[in-house]
Amino acid sequence: MDATASASPSETEGGRPTPPSAPRAPVEDSPVRRLGEQFFNAVAEVGDLAVFSALTLMWLIRRRPRKATLVPNFYLIGVKSMPVVAVTGMFIGMVLAVQTHGQFKLMGMETRLGSVINISLVKELGPVLAATMLAGRVGSAMAAELGTMRVTEQIDALDVLGAHPIAYLSGPRLLACVLLIPLLTLMADFMGIIGGAVVSIQMLGVDSYHYWAHSRDYVGGLDIAAGVVKSYFFGGAIALIGCHRGFNCSAGAEGVGKAATEAFVVSFVAILFLDFCLGLLWNKVELAIWPDSGTLI
Amino acid sequence: MSTAPRPPLGSAASAVPDSPASPAPEPRAIVELDRIGMEFRHHQVLRDVTIRVPKRQTLCVIGESGCGKTVLLKLMIGLLRPTRGSVRFDGHDLNRLDSFELNQVRLRFGFLFQMAALFDSLSIYDNVAFGLREHALFDEARIRRIVHDRLREVGLPPGIEAKKPAELSGGQRKRVGLARALALDPEVMLYDEPTTGLDPIMSDVINELILQTQRTKHTTGIVVTHDMKTVRKVADRVVMLYPLPRLRPDEPQILYDGPPDGLEDHPDPRVRQFVRGEAGERLSELTQGRG
Ligand SMILES: Nc1ncnc2c1ncn2[C@@H]1O[C@H](COP(=O)(O)OP(=O)(O)OP(=O)(O)O)[C@@H](O)[C@H]1O
Ligand SMILES: [Mg+2]
Repeated sequence: MDATASASPSETEGGRPTPPSAPRAPVEDSPVRRLGEQFFNAVAEVGDLAVFSALTLMWLIRRRPRKATLVPNFYLIGVKSMPVVAVTGMFIGMVLAVQTHGQFKLMGMETRLGSVINISLVKELGPVLAATMLAGRVGSAMAAELGTMRVTEQIDALDVLGAHPIAYLSGPRLLACVLLIPLLTLMADFMGIIGGAVVSIQMLGVDSYHYWAHSRDYVGGLDIAAGVVKSYFFGGAIALIGCHRGFNCSAGAEGVGKAATEAFVVSFVAILFLDFCLGLLWNKVELAIWPDSGTLI
Repeated sequence: MSTAPRPPLGSAASAVPDSPASPAPEPRAIVELDRIGMEFRHHQVLRDVTIRVPKRQTLCVIGESGCGKTVLLKLMIGLLRPTRGSVRFDGHDLNRLDSFELNQVRLRFGFLFQMAALFDSLSIYDNVAFGLREHALFDEARIRRIVHDRLREVGLPPGIEAKKPAELSGGQRKRVGLARALALDPEVMLYDEPTTGLDPIMSDVINELILQTQRTKHTTGIVVTHDMKTVRKVADRVVMLYPLPRLRPDEPQILYDGPPDGLEDHPDPRVRQFVRGEAGERLSELTQGRG
């Protein structure tokens, strides 16, 4: 039945000439072919995400999101994510203290612990951890919510009723993520610093004066700023990837679940990738401006 | 009527289709599908489908599950773009419109979705008011009046306004969906399986509402359904689609196009089987265990 389907295409095409090679031989399903297909699909996905991001930005500029769509997102991202970010931030500071203490003690540099812990926190762990938590909590929730809206045709309904779905759904989420993630990052930094200090000073007996003195010498406002600047990019990536996954959700409950996990995995990879690129860039910039600035890490 | 946004362009008359089978000139068509083909990736759903719906006609599109009825409706309103052929509304080719113009065209459509597609996060009131607010046509007092009227017309009590869609039954949701679709006084109503999943009485209520809309507001209606009761009650004309995988490549996908009374004794057994709800040769497929 299917073999005859491709045999006479000219009938259905209104007499348009068909190239002689039209009835293609079935292509073998080799691993190389599948790999190639996956590669092209991935490239197409990235391109699609770029277009989606551009449209979201365009709508954000053209039309300010309404308060009614912004407030729930601010609440979800800002208020609801705070506890989990605070707790993980604190623990990572504590773990860092426990793990590095042994090494530094061997070298007799225990008081340097403060600078190591705090600089790693504000430059890397705080932003990355806050972003990871946000991706897990909010990014996948966005994908699931918008995916459900896609599957139940609510996104089509928005379109039909004259609201541009990207402007209405994706814009406010992007705005909320980008505006609030720096605060979450600072929160993670702060809690991590407290956690690290408590463990180092109270439990491991590091001298408190020197702990803080070294911290002050090595961690500058610029380092904190480096982390905060990075976090803006992380927040943007989380929101855009989450919304994009939701918009392209395939049918059924399975599709929604898949969209949610994919949103987390893709944003996590994106966070680490961005972290790497922005780290390199920051170092270049820093060296260009202050050629003799030697930081510890 | 007062909301008709733009004068029709003069191109409607010049858009005479060149297909050889075009019949004698009908009254002016408001929705036209011209030799539509639709593919998703490598999966073809519609092939060479031509349908013209004149103003004020109620057309029922029937066909089994998965034959592309929802896709057909979404093509008509520009939610999907055809891979072949063109879709015209009141003479405008939807493919040529920019997003602003498309928005203006959609203002003249109402769409009742298969599962109602109410916005979960909004109250019933906000759902019905959504289109009115989005197009910024009226002030809030006027919107309030319209929402009240529409909800009353579909037989829902005012107490329902503050509820969320999740608190309603399937029949109530469908009726809210209808109220929302009718809020902007559309010229063309698209109904996607309005009675599926409802009990017989609620189905009849919905059928009556479709009839009422058609009579009092003079809308053009396109009703996708597999409920023959709906067809008998509301249709002026019926189009039957058949799933492509079951067709030979030279067969047209539209098996039937005509008045509802011609269905019952149609020479094509596939049409009769669908209308009477008989499995026919599918039974032998089942016993042969074919996928
Ligand atoms: N967005 C899409 N992407 C890929 N395939 C799609 C999409 N929308 C529809 N299809 C496919 O098109 C075919 C027809 O779908 P459609 O929803 O129009 O069926 P239907 O006639 O409305 O069926 P039902 O009566 O069950 O609602 C199905 O095989 C479906 O898998
Ligand atoms: Mg359908």
